[in-house]
Amino acid sequence: MDEKIYGWWLPPDVSVHGAKIDQLMSVLHWFMLLLFVGWGIFFLYCLIRFRARPGHTALYTPVKAIATKYIEGFVVVVEIFLLVGLSTPVWLAYKNNVPDAGKALRVRLVAEQFAWNFQYPGKDGKFGKTDPSLISGDNPLGIDPEDPAGKDDLVTVNNFHLPIHRPVIVDISSKDVIHSFNVPVLRVKQDTIPGQQIPVWFEATQAGHFELGCAQLCGLGHYRMRGDVLIDTPEDFAKWEAENAPPPQEAPAAAAPEEKK
Amino acid sequence: MSVQHTAAKGNGHGHAHEGHGEHELPFWRKYIFSVDHKVIGIQYGVTALVFLLFGFTLMMLMRWQLAYPGRPLPVIGNLLGETAMPGGVMAPEFYNQLGAMHGTIMVFLGVVPLAVGGFGNFVVPLQIGAPDMAFPRLNMVSYWVFLPGCLLMVASFFLPGGAAQSGWTSYPPLSDIAPTGQTAWLFAMVLIITSSLLGSINFIVTIVQLRAKGLSYWRLPFFVHAQLVTAFLLLLAFPPLEAASVMQLMDRLAGTSFFLPSGLVVSGDPLKVAGGGNPLLWQHLFWFLAHPEVYVLILPAMGIVAEVIANNTRKPLWGYRLLVYSVVFLGFMSFVVWAHHMFMTGMGTTMSTFFQTTTMIISIPSVVILTCFIMSLYGGNIRFTAPMLFATAFLPMFAIGGLTGLPLGLTASDIYLHDTFYVIGHFHYVVAPGTLFALFAGIYYWYPKATGRRMNETLGKVHFWLSFVAINFVFMPMFFQGMAGLSRRLYDPTIYAHGRGVQALNVLISFGAWGLGLAQIPFIVNFFMSLKNGARVAENPWNATTLEWAAPSPPGHGNFVTEPVVYREPYEYSVPGKSTDYSPQFRAEA
Repeated sequence: MDEKIYGWWLPPDVSVHGAKIDQLMSVLHWFMLLLFVGWGIFFLYCLIRFRARPGHTALYTPVKAIATKYIEGFVVVVEIFLLVGLSTPVWLAYKNNVPDAGKALRVRLVAEQFAWNFQYPGKDGKFGKTDPSLISGDNPLGIDPEDPAGKDDLVTVNNFHLPIHRPVIVDISSKDVIHSFNVPVLRVKQDTIPGQQIPVWFEATQAGHFELGCAQLCGLGHYRMRGDVLIDTPEDFAKWEAENAPPPQEAPAAAAPEEKK
Repeated sequence: MSVQHTAAKGNGHGHAHEGHGEHELPFWRKYIFSVDHKVIGIQYGVTALVFLLFGFTLMMLMRWQLAYPGRPLPVIGNLLGETAMPGGVMAPEFYNQLGAMHGTIMVFLGVVPLAVGGFGNFVVPLQIGAPDMAFPRLNMVSYWVFLPGCLLMVASFFLPGGAAQSGWTSYPPLSDIAPTGQTAWLFAMVLIITSSLLGSINFIVTIVQLRAKGLSYWRLPFFVHAQLVTAFLLLLAFPPLEAASVMQLMDRLAGTSFFLPSGLVVSGDPLKVAGGGNPLLWQHLFWFLAHPEVYVLILPAMGIVAEVIANNTRKPLWGYRLLVYSVVFLGFMSFVVWAHHMFMTGMGTTMSTFFQTTTMIISIPSVVILTCFIMSLYGGNIRFTAPMLFATAFLPMFAIGGLTGLPLGLTASDIYLHDTFYVIGHFHYVVAPGTLFALFAGIYYWYPKATGRRMNETLGKVHFWLSFVAINFVFMPMFFQGMAGLSRRLYDPTIYAHGRGVQALNVLISFGAWGLGLAQIPFIVNFFMSLKNGARVAENPWNATTLEWAAPSPPGHGNFVTEPVVYREPYEYSVPGKSTDYSPQFRAEA
């Protein structure tokens, strides 16, 4: 992992939608700086100009300050622009334009204290059914061994592989408490709410090794609920998927006990 | 005033002594179970100051772990015991307890009791010319419900498994399955909330009914307006959290599942509960209180700043009516912004658009208030007394806190900044160098009224400058950590590469925090020394205009020697053609 990319400001953005967020952030901070410096200069001027000293008295009559109305008006106009012109369209475009499920890679993510379990649907593109009562050490997601769709599912813990230039939809949920899926370089954050499955999507624009963290206090191990995000080229991703796919002979073995009945 | 008379009589037996002040009360009736608003105010204030120091100490401990993760803390580390700090190194559970308790204590046991219970109780009846609160016994009960709540909260550190450790927000399911400390937290919250409710009703009735003759609403000091709005916020916002706390208690003790969905598996074992609940219900109920709570923290602070600025600029407040309209509008709006704390929970876009719009709207009155304060400086004859230094510093500090709320209130930028250190920096600028500085201003300003003696100015200025510098070293770097993506509530931030990138700032922040701790020593010394050695003052040491300065310093039982009558607006300073630069409300011909 390249540590040099992390400094005292935004880390690089490797997502398609992130540029708009970064642009908003930049506009916001310039606006804030402008207001603060403007206010600050006037504030300091008042403190110096109107300090108590012999022979100086205060003005009883309030000053007619038209400028304040203009400044307040300016703030309102800028805020409306930020709201209507920048934030809302960016948010709506991101939240409502979830990419076509056929084109995208769909991954299920189940968070738990203190790990991230990823379930890839495998070649058939279908997730195996899961049931909380089947959860065990070997089967962290409780995938139903009877379900043929689950036979080729690939499960990883704290390792999130995804291909570059292809939309990824992650269906996020949690086994136990609320966590929050947070990948700073992808400009993605979504709370994982137990009892709900919430889709979040993104498309990576740059291959590399990044990190995923938990952003919502989830217990004593919250701080070490860290995962690796490995953005691969499509070829590398296919290779990884093939190498890690469950061996096909496992299918009859799993079916064996049923025959004995 | 007939209404006032009835109210004073209505207090019944406890106030039978009202007419004859020469009758001495036994010690425990005068100083412990007192019904005098001034004694209760001081009780609240001192209790709150002790808890502010305690809550801050918890944070100074956490700052060691954040600056030097995993390194044993010399001396103190070994004193805290093997469960909390094995081998002197802080355990993650203990870190989480410190975090949850720091937040809870600072907000519910520190700032609110000082701002409302302390200053509200002490100052409001004096500023409206009343002999006491409308319901003095209710007032006493309010304090004596509050104190056990506080003690229970702190005692929970000694329970098996320690104190509450699910953050001051106590989000279930984590809080539902947390150790016993969480039960204590909930019981303590129920007591503290009950106390606040009793207090808020008392404030509303007092301000509406007990104003002196001539004191119309447009002649009320801004501080009283701020306290009135605050009282309504407490009255309307706290009940949902009280209900939610009882629901969480039932989840923990009675096996209900208000906040627990079906199918939870904790540490590999299915959780044996009925299920069918929803954890987000808690968040809605919690933030329905906790957002107005932000204004409960800031409005009394603004009130104090207004008093101190008017007094020290020696001119009327600029835009007094505008200030009052803004503060009322803030109060209303604060009830419809709560879900901006929940943008990342996956709410629908209609909801999030509504809440980010209301959030932008609520920023407008804050801008107006700040503008009024800065314009109040213009044309003044500014005396830089200790209270004025704190009140002056409030303005740019609150401005930073307010401005940095914008990227958090807008949904698109919140995706990145939510739950990062940026949030910590933002609300601490509002509450610490914002509200707390205003509260310090209030202490320096009203101390002579409460004790009859002035605090030492030089020590006050030393306290101010050291605190001002140190506090900015604490909170300014947090914005950079947040921009770098560092999440809050991490026991060891160096686990993450982007955390390692800003780790140097953590060392800087920690030294800032410890320096800030040292900077409070001049204040503590001053606070106690001045009780004995402070210069004695008459009724009106600051040459102020509002009614509290008509009463003796300190005021006796019943406050005023003669019933005050109000002749003019609250801030008539530097009126042309007068011999002095202040024309008090209570003087017929000034």
